[in-house]
Amino acid sequence: MAKITFDGIEVEVEDGTTILQAARKIGGNVVPPAMCFYTPLKGSGGKCRVCLVKVTQGSTKDPRPMPKLVASCITQVQDGMVVENTTNEDVLNARKSIVEMLLINHPLDCPICDQAGECSLQDLSYEHGVSSQRYEEERRTFNRVDLGPYIQLHMTRCILCYRCVYTADQVAEKRVHGVLGRGDAAEIGTYIENMVDHEMSGNVIDVCPVGALTDKTWRFKNRVWFTKPLDAHRDCPTCSGKVTLWNRGDQVLRVTARKDKYNEVEEFICNTCRFDKKEMSDWTIEGPRHIDRGSVISANHYELPVVNVPIVPNLPRSAKKDLPNAPEQWNP
Amino acid sequence: MGLKILTEHINVPGIETLEVYRKHGGYKSVEKAVKTMTPEEVVEEVKTSGLRGRGGAGFPTGMKWSFLAKPEGVPRYLVCNADESEPGTFKDRWFMERNPHALIEGMITSSYALGANTSYIYIRGELMFILRILEKAIAEAYAAGLLGKNILGSGYDLDLHVAPGGGAYICGEETALLESLEGKRGNPRNKPPFPAVKGLFASPTVVNNVETIASVPWIVNNTGAEYAKVGIGRSTGTKLISASGNINNPGVFEIELGVPVEEFIYSDEYCGGIWKGKQLKAVVPGGSSVPILPANLILKTTAGEGRLMSYESLSDGGFVSGSMMGSGAFIVFDEDQCIVRNTWNYSRFYHHESCGQCSPCREGTGWMEKVLHRIEYGHGHQQDIDLLVSVAKQIEGNTICPLGDAAAWPVAAAIRHFRDEFEWHIKYPKEATAPGAVYRGQLDSVTA
Repeated sequence: MAKITFDGIEVEVEDGTTILQAARKIGGNVVPPAMCFYTPLKGSGGKCRVCLVKVTQGSTKDPRPMPKLVASCITQVQDGMVVENTTNEDVLNARKSIVEMLLINHPLDCPICDQAGECSLQDLSYEHGVSSQRYEEERRTFNRVDLGPYIQLHMTRCILCYRCVYTADQVAEKRVHGVLGRGDAAEIGTYIENMVDHEMSGNVIDVCPVGALTDKTWRFKNRVWFTKPLDAHRDCPTCSGKVTLWNRGDQVLRVTARKDKYNEVEEFICNTCRFDKKEMSDWTIEGPRHIDRGSVISANHYELPVVNVPIVPNLPRSAKKDLPNAPEQWNP
Repeated sequence: MGLKILTEHINVPGIETLEVYRKHGGYKSVEKAVKTMTPEEVVEEVKTSGLRGRGGAGFPTGMKWSFLAKPEGVPRYLVCNADESEPGTFKDRWFMERNPHALIEGMITSSYALGANTSYIYIRGELMFILRILEKAIAEAYAAGLLGKNILGSGYDLDLHVAPGGGAYICGEETALLESLEGKRGNPRNKPPFPAVKGLFASPTVVNNVETIASVPWIVNNTGAEYAKVGIGRSTGTKLISASGNINNPGVFEIELGVPVEEFIYSDEYCGGIWKGKQLKAVVPGGSSVPILPANLILKTTAGEGRLMSYESLSDGGFVSGSMMGSGAFIVFDEDQCIVRNTWNYSRFYHHESCGQCSPCREGTGWMEKVLHRIEYGHGHQQDIDLLVSVAKQIEGNTICPLGDAAAWPVAAAIRHFRDEFEWHIKYPKEATAPGAVYRGQLDSVTA
């Protein structure tokens, strides 16, 4: 067991736990955001850099601070480690700059995006971003690509978190797609527009934090905040059959896996459950699904006025005031 | 002429053949090491020598070797990083092309020190002709019993392979190199675990530069203490410098560390002065990723001491008034060179070479390039300069691998030292975009 201090809160976790998981054990508002890390997927994390934290004391044995900000999702805890997240201005400034970087090539087409309302990037930019823009160049754009009959890929919105690549590799057994190109020309692709054809392939839609991979049976049917989520299950020979139905009235508009409050799926589901079973009679309803975060249907998430400080109540004073090292535009 | 450790026999005709190489004392270190020394003794010699990594970071090699984890039953690997792609650096290519056996000798001795039974030379894809030279030399070494099973009857086995990369700059970063060597996409890994614990094929691995490995035979032959006498302070030994730019005598020079920069630029033995007798404007002393320094700061530190070609002296003053030794690519600019255009060019390179894995580098390098492009072509705004500084600061230190830093440093340094040139470009776009137009305001303060 290792005892660490995270934002002044002590927590004891198993050896080998990452800082992010330790913070999630504390829960609440001190948890760093994560765009690329996904607990069920081995090897994910370390790419988006939004979960950067400051380690002010490495461990009891070696109390030196770590020289750079570290990615909390892949850095393992040491006994006696002291970590600062919301209490450190450098961390908050760095996070703001990462959000800015993630948004410069993002089309910001939320009004016509199916993911709007349950988009991790939307949440992230509300909570940690800035309301002004400094990027005035042309954004990169791609054509929409159909990955088989059910999935559409819109690379323009992609933030290259690699989650779907790991899913295709680990959940869908056969690697069907990967990353082509490099730098800001890198794109998720199947190489010569192959079809993604595997009974678990639909899970790439669930793991996508933005609207890059969308469900073609759901596209433009409705806005997510008008639908009602229900827990339901059925006897499925290939997967657990435990899903969330998104209904409008009696009509099942879409089926997704059940996601926890960090937007991570509890159990991956198969394509039959996801795309074919769109009748209420296919499912046994368990009751309403509570959506903790990550969707505008979880009431009041965006109720606070959007200001340029993180919406974190109970935050120590230093982080709530204007960040002194931040560029002018960040403190209007 | 200083002491030549690496290039003593480099101009001997036929040195690329085993016969001539052995005639000039080649493979003596292999015999000495495998027959009379234990691996620990070799590591100890390298530690005493104070040899520092020649690839750019300048980390002490002996220390790196002693960090190598040695679990039972797990193979260890030595990988030679011959993926030399830093703009301005061409020393390894030059060296391997002329004297392949020196590298192979170093590989055998170093592999013995580390207990590696399989070693790799990861070479840049563009250097296919050097791959052939190396493979020919390796075949000769196998035939002479210097590689393969039971080297020189000592019972030590070593297989040496040459693996070509695809020519990506990022594969010069050690973990990306290992990924590429494993046959995957060349994306840097998150550290920890470091390669010394979990490197190639999840086994402990040491990655060293060509020049570092080629220095090992001399250390084994002449002892580390002797090597430590060469050079100055903690910068021991000799270093290959690839000098390029507006100088009379560009090329690769082997220098004893500690040669004054002024002597290096103006002496006929080395660069031979600035081309056509022009004035010195700026120098990038260690490859495109290190900060650029204006003439007055490269010749003298802020304390007024003459700057020397050594790790410590070049980084004197931190990034405010100093730079870095880097990989030893000495790029000289005369008074007619435009710093804005040069910075844009570097930025374009990093934009092109960013692997696209982590967001600050993927998006930030492109952003900087676009803003610099705008300034260079006369469409900049005054606030763009601060924007560039801010973006560079946002990338620096927040990325997985040092490519982000390497992209940010030259931009930040160019603005730090040549801000008025950037301002002039923005203020007088017409004059600045005219062919051959260069800002000469700052040249008044240059002493040459």
